[in-house]
Amino acid sequence: MTQTSMFDPRILMPALGGAVTKLDPRRLARNPVIFVVAVVTVLTTVLLVRDIATGGADIGFSFQIVLWLWFTVLFANFAEAVAEGRGKAQAESLKKTRTDTEATLENGRKVPSTSLKVGDVVIVEAGEIIPSDGEVIEGVASVNEAAITGESAPVIRESGGDRSAVTGGTQVLSDRIVVRITAAAGSTFIDRMIGLVEGAQRQKTPNEIALNILLAGMTLIFVFAVATIPSFASYAGGQIPVVVLVALFVTLIPTTIGALLSAIGIAGMDRLVRFNVLAMSGRAVEAAGDIDTLLLDKTGTITLGNRQASEFRPVTGVTAEELADAAQLASLADETPEGRSITVLAKQYGIRARDMSALNASFVPFTAQSRMSGVDMGGIQIRKGAVDAILKHVGSANSATGRGRAAAADMEQVRRIGEDVSKAGGTPLAVVRDNRLLGVIYLKDIVKGGIRERFAELRRMGIRTVMITGDNPMTAAAIAAEAGVDDFLAEATPEMKLDLIRSEQAKGKLVAMCGDGTNDAPALAQADVGVAMNTGTVAAREAGNMVDLDSDPTKLIEIVEIGKQLLMTRGALTTFSIANDIAKYFAIIPAMFLAFYPQLGALNVMGLHSPQSAILSAIIFNALVIVALIPLSLRGVKYRAVGAGALLSRNMAIYGLGGMIVPFVAIKLIDMAIISIGLVQ
Amino acid sequence: MTLNGWLQILLYCGIVIALVRPLGGYMFRVFSGERMFLGPIERAIYAVAGTRGEDQHWTRYAASLLIFSALGVLALYLLQRVQGALPFNPQSLPGVAPDLAFNTAVSFVSNTNWQAYVGEGTMSYLTQMLGLNVQNFVSAASGMAVAVALIRGFARRSASGLGNFWVDVTRAVLYVLLPICIVGTLVLVWQGVPQNLAPYTAATTLEGVQQTIAQGPVASQMMIKHLGTNGGGFFNANAAHPFENPTALTNLIHMVCIFAIGAAFTNLFGRMVGDERQGWAILSAMGVMFLVGVAVVYWAEAQGNPLIGTAMEGKEARFGIVGSALFAVITTAASCGAVNAMHGSLSALGGMIPMLNMMLGEVVVGGVGAGMYGLLLFVIVAIFIAGLMVGRTPEYLGKKVEGREVKFAMLALLILPLVMLGMTAAAVVLPGALSSVLNPGPHGFSEVLYAYVSAGANNGSAFASLSANTPWYNLTLGIAMLAGRFAMIVPILALAGSLAGKKSVPVSDGTLPTHGPLFVALLIGVILVMGGLEFFPAIALGPIVEHLAVMAGQTF
Repeated sequence: MTQTSMFDPRILMPALGGAVTKLDPRRLARNPVIFVVAVVTVLTTVLLVRDIATGGADIGFSFQIVLWLWFTVLFANFAEAVAEGRGKAQAESLKKTRTDTEATLENGRKVPSTSLKVGDVVIVEAGEIIPSDGEVIEGVASVNEAAITGESAPVIRESGGDRSAVTGGTQVLSDRIVVRITAAAGSTFIDRMIGLVEGAQRQKTPNEIALNILLAGMTLIFVFAVATIPSFASYAGGQIPVVVLVALFVTLIPTTIGALLSAIGIAGMDRLVRFNVLAMSGRAVEAAGDIDTLLLDKTGTITLGNRQASEFRPVTGVTAEELADAAQLASLADETPEGRSITVLAKQYGIRARDMSALNASFVPFTAQSRMSGVDMGGIQIRKGAVDAILKHVGSANSATGRGRAAAADMEQVRRIGEDVSKAGGTPLAVVRDNRLLGVIYLKDIVKGGIRERFAELRRMGIRTVMITGDNPMTAAAIAAEAGVDDFLAEATPEMKLDLIRSEQAKGKLVAMCGDGTNDAPALAQADVGVAMNTGTVAAREAGNMVDLDSDPTKLIEIVEIGKQLLMTRGALTTFSIANDIAKYFAIIPAMFLAFYPQLGALNVMGLHSPQSAILSAIIFNALVIVALIPLSLRGVKYRAVGAGALLSRNMAIYGLGGMIVPFVAIKLIDMAIISIGLVQ
Repeated sequence: MTLNGWLQILLYCGIVIALVRPLGGYMFRVFSGERMFLGPIERAIYAVAGTRGEDQHWTRYAASLLIFSALGVLALYLLQRVQGALPFNPQSLPGVAPDLAFNTAVSFVSNTNWQAYVGEGTMSYLTQMLGLNVQNFVSAASGMAVAVALIRGFARRSASGLGNFWVDVTRAVLYVLLPICIVGTLVLVWQGVPQNLAPYTAATTLEGVQQTIAQGPVASQMMIKHLGTNGGGFFNANAAHPFENPTALTNLIHMVCIFAIGAAFTNLFGRMVGDERQGWAILSAMGVMFLVGVAVVYWAEAQGNPLIGTAMEGKEARFGIVGSALFAVITTAASCGAVNAMHGSLSALGGMIPMLNMMLGEVVVGGVGAGMYGLLLFVIVAIFIAGLMVGRTPEYLGKKVEGREVKFAMLALLILPLVMLGMTAAAVVLPGALSSVLNPGPHGFSEVLYAYVSAGANNGSAFASLSANTPWYNLTLGIAMLAGRFAMIVPILALAGSLAGKKSVPVSDGTLPTHGPLFVALLIGVILVMGGLEFFPAIALGPIVEHLAVMAGQTF
């Protein structure tokens, strides 16, 4: 995904046009505050035309107010158009991948990809574009998914298992796969992605609706406040021009947040997309900010995918070197990362690398039945495997040969070492040579660097992390302690995951999790935020409400931050908008009533030049502040994991207190500027 | 301002604060349905009323309250109309005129006690005792019931009911209001407040002038008038009358009573939601606003007027500047409306604070129950804005504040500016209404504004130089009182119902703490900005311009 700068002219120019086309009343009506501004602006425009026709007084002043009222509406539209424009730029690159391709049906017939229906089966060969979303039902292929992930390294897609989903618009690089289509033209993953980033399918999220109600309520309150002024003034023997009342009204209602609200929402979605995460709804993004509990799979998220040998623990009477030597021999042909790590560790014991063929050894591979692997070398047999499997193997061999007490003591010792290793969070592998137990290889789960700090950060955010693992409780507890998670679920099954989510939700908590397999689908659907890995199955993708294109489970943390940022930006700008009102009152009220109550000049604390300049300055400030805050609303208020209290006092100081002071200064400066260039007297 | 004056203010605050926990703890027992000492009487009342005390959904709770209040208005209206034919009327006072009877009935049922009549010249003893004083009790109890229902909304989890209105009202009267009033009335009688059914006394003064001294069952009405934040005086002069408020001690008792239940409600709230600190935080916000208000009024009154100096006009020499200033702030901070000085005679800024207190919805301690539920509306708004700023869906006491809650809170908050500003705007341009305004210029504007603000906020005090006993004012103020009470209560009960049905979110480090100084400051800010800003134009044209003019030596 390409990064677009906030002030890229390719976005700003179309946005200018968008600001005008968005004047369509049907589109304006989606935003109550700006709609009200548009209505009163039209009203004052009509009055202005009438005044010009009848030659009324102060036309120059009224004209400028009306002009700035129009700017207020246009700036609001502009903000939304810029946010949408940034999304559109991303959508453009996606659309290129959607160019119509030909699909080859099972029977060899070629049809355009747009005519494919759900359930059709197509054949895709190397070099061809996959015509639509689907599931691989036969074959394995390497696929270039750069179109959606931006990652050029090819990925493997194969039938069965957890990597069977393919996305329309991606390219098969090698081999041949048979794909069953799961999405018709127009509703594919890429189509949805385009819709989301363009903001076209945007629906208001729950918090946004609530905020809109608050803003509409405040607008009504100020309707009462302003609509009653003419009669108050007439009691005092004065009259106030409609354009001045409208100016007061528009500056008082929360136009700033009203104008930027939808831009904030679009930008939030956009930020997720930049992180290569697709949210299926804005609701999910908002829910991410509320997450209380995070379920994380151990493997790949908390620990590196592979365990590493870290120590050889021989039984009494065997040296570490002897054990290392046997372990190395048993692992020579073992190409798994664990196996390789054993040979690496063995080197530290002075065991040199050896060549299988030179030793005339034959490799005994791991099987599900024996649960051991090893080598046969001349007359020597070396095996390594899970402790219980090896003990069983040794036990049956010993009962056949009738070896005595020494063997029993060795078995007992190996079992004890195995337990110790498990308790420490490792995986024990027992090694046996010709039925003589040599000791145990300590395979260690490597906790990812920096993960502990991230969990500490989450804790400061108020989020509890739960590690999910298939390990036994002893191992799980040790790793949980090392990684610093708050809790763990050991020997987890999909049902247990689902139960855990339900029990957390019953306590009123919101739960996020990520998963990739089909057996994760129920839990993904149950979780409030379910992030499916892009490498996962179609079932998992459909069940979750977000898809991570990079398939990186640790991204949940960023997703939570983006959700929080979205809410914070709204809250901060609402506070700023409301706090602004104080200064605006002090600008406009004295100006408004000065003609019949000159005493009220005392309220002109900013020392504004004249009633007209005061009112004009306030309305100009009100319009310009929208533009000034567009970058902030697109970028979002920075989230810091410092606890709610500290966060609030910080934001209150910046947006509350700042919101009170900034307009006093800005209105004064604008007043000086418009007087110096002579816009009004 | 004197040290002595400030010591009096601090003594008052000390007594109120000392009462918060004991009274709050006692009310907690009352409203959590514990068995109390009048069990048989209580059960007999339920038997007669035909209620089993079952949990009511918010709609039924609201319907019960509305029916109860409507019947109260009807009964009180009829009683006033026919009082001439009924006993306990030694002065043979005739039936009350329809518009005044309507206004008065609404006024007492809505806990406003706006009085467009002269007590001793209009109402028979029977009307005062059986009509007005009964409503003094039950309107106060209704307000407490609504507040308790709203608190239950926060405290309950996934519940459909808010308690039972009839039970809440009965227990509020039986265990809170009546016992305190019985003891208090005896103290007042000891201090010299009359309690009799005698005809008015004809006396000859030292100067030889004939004077009629009004009598009546005064003491029994005085206690509940303050304790229930009703404020309707037995006599026209209200608590400035020596029979209503004869001594410094009775003045202190009156003032303490006005705040006692309202302040204790914050503790009741804390106990019901399981964290007393939450109550203290709310009381702190109230306390800060109260002290600022007192300081301004005390300063403004002590300062007086550049034309005449410290102004005692409209004040009782017995209470002096500090006694009058303190009482004026207390009575408008709470929804009482009793007065011991004439607010119309306060200095411009001194009169602005009482007005502002009421415009904010009387959330500084406030009316019994009404102050609590009014303040919780602002809490909802404050939490909503602040909650967003910490990056979570806003929540208060474990309850998420979402669209429905914001909607109901805004509906309830909209009603006050609509009534107060809208009706003032109509009254200041209609010639019929304007003819009641006795003073020209900004002060006349303040009189009308004050009347509608007082009615809308269910306060009942007045800038008394407005002749309000006209069909226009009786009718419009009556409507303002009804709207200010019931159009606010219904959305509040809906809010309570919505909250009660929610699950509770457990507290975490990401939860906004709502018991610290930061939250108190935020709450005050929201109250001032959301509740006060819309009145700025009106205040500028009334008290502020009057103050600036007087400072410049200009009179109207």
